[in-house]
Amino acid sequence: MIEDTFWDEIWNITTLSLRVSGTAVLIGALIGVPIGTILGFRQFKGKRTLTRFVDIMLKSVINTSMGLPPVVVGLVVYLLFTTSGPFGWLGLLYTPTAMMITQLIMVVPIIIGVTMSAVGSVEKSIRERALSLGATETQAAWLVLREARMGVLTSIIVAFGAAISEVGGIMITGGNVRWWTRTLTTAIVVETELGNFTMALTLGAILLSMAFGINFALTIVQLKGARR
Amino acid sequence: MRSPSKILTEIVILAVVIIGAFAYEQYVSSQKYIIVLATTTSTYDSGLLDYLMPIFERKYNAEVHIISVGTGQAIEMAKRGDADLVLVHSRQLELEFVNSTYGIHRVGVMYNDFIIIGPTSDPAGINGLANATEAFRKIAEAGAKGKAIFISRADKSGTNMLELSIWKRLGIKPSNKTETWYLEAGAGMGTVLRMANEKRAYTLTDRATWLSFKNQLTNLKVLVEGDVILLNPYAIILVNPEKYPQRNYKGALKLAKWMISEEGQNLIASFKKEGETLFIPIARDFNKAHELGFPEQEKEIAWYDAQNP
Repeated sequence: MIEDTFWDEIWNITTLSLRVSGTAVLIGALIGVPIGTILGFRQFKGKRTLTRFVDIMLKSVINTSMGLPPVVVGLVVYLLFTTSGPFGWLGLLYTPTAMMITQLIMVVPIIIGVTMSAVGSVEKSIRERALSLGATETQAAWLVLREARMGVLTSIIVAFGAAISEVGGIMITGGNVRWWTRTLTTAIVVETELGNFTMALTLGAILLSMAFGINFALTIVQLKGARR
Repeated sequence: MRSPSKILTEIVILAVVIIGAFAYEQYVSSQKYIIVLATTTSTYDSGLLDYLMPIFERKYNAEVHIISVGTGQAIEMAKRGDADLVLVHSRQLELEFVNSTYGIHRVGVMYNDFIIIGPTSDPAGINGLANATEAFRKIAEAGAKGKAIFISRADKSGTNMLELSIWKRLGIKPSNKTETWYLEAGAGMGTVLRMANEKRAYTLTDRATWLSFKNQLTNLKVLVEGDVILLNPYAIILVNPEKYPQRNYKGALKLAKWMISEEGQNLIASFKKEGETLFIPIARDFNKAHELGFPEQEKEIAWYDAQNP
């Protein structure tokens, strides 16, 4: 009888983790890749001191946000969505959506930052050659993005890795409610607290396999990128 | 590689599907009858709620979302309107909550007791003492001599508040900063028990959590129990719907009524761990309720019984 709910619960927890982090990374990519690409292009211009200064500021902001502690994001999201807070009326606190939003905020800077550096490292000559052959700005942009696709893919994989192993922020905004807002990481916290080491270790094994899978994928992407 | 527009279309379709699925789930869940119960980590960790709530959920076709944090935090959550009701065990904080008018109809539900546990070698020599305050004094004495360690929850939990009140009776306010024998863990009961086991330290714990973890805690044993100040009564307090009309007051009322009903009280009494009963119901045991700090128990029970949510 206990066996039934054991695997049911593990399934519930694992699928929730994938849904929350997956959706966060997907939306994050839709937002972050375009922005990262545009910002990456800025490196082609910028001869004047002012634009240089703006470039440096932007880069610093992005780099700092990349290192933003997720638990701080969680705290801020909590304060925004708490019933007496500005967005309390949405009733999103302690739901998977709130967790997804927390991870989204955490993930977007990572995607922007890595995409930006991938796009920026593509040779200027490719874009210039395309423009001289009659391509529009958009077509040239797409060409550069194609060249940088391995870097963009890297950014998405890294973002997912960060999201799936995050614990503090989603615990604050999700509330770690059983069957509802418990993900792999937050479940491990509570099951360890309760002394249910079988459950905790099983979840840990699943999480480790995912982390390994992610790193495996990352390595393949990087090798493919290097071979070209 | 395929044309950009084709890739873009594929990405957009994928995005729509995934985000759509997520949004649909959020919509479905917003239609569900959800009651948010804020409670303490000790209460949750005892396993009582995971045993009790599914029965209520099935009977009333509702979902009870249990958020377990320290008592102080549970009450703060309720004051902010992030919960529909609280189940806590710290009289001082409970009364403050009711006085603030954010909490209404505080009623006694059950009690268990606290015990002082410590290393089997008992360097402070407190085994069998009837007076918990005296036991704490001896621990402090032994600690100052470097012979004993005490671990505190240090998380504003009900357990923590009781522990601090005992130190207060002795006129001392130990702190990690100045005393090396006093460790402020800032963690839940389960974690603190495991720490105490590792460090062969003394600590105050509720009996329920102790019984749940006993088998893992081979270096520790029960040393002091039975003192009346170690009795640990639990209260349910509803969140005032006038302050937060958007909350599920009716749901909270249903849950509260069920927990103090004959069925709920019997189920609480039937919850056992390692063959021992963990909680003793007191909702309708008015004498015991008065003893444990619920002078208005009859009035509140009558009020609850009259409600028809």
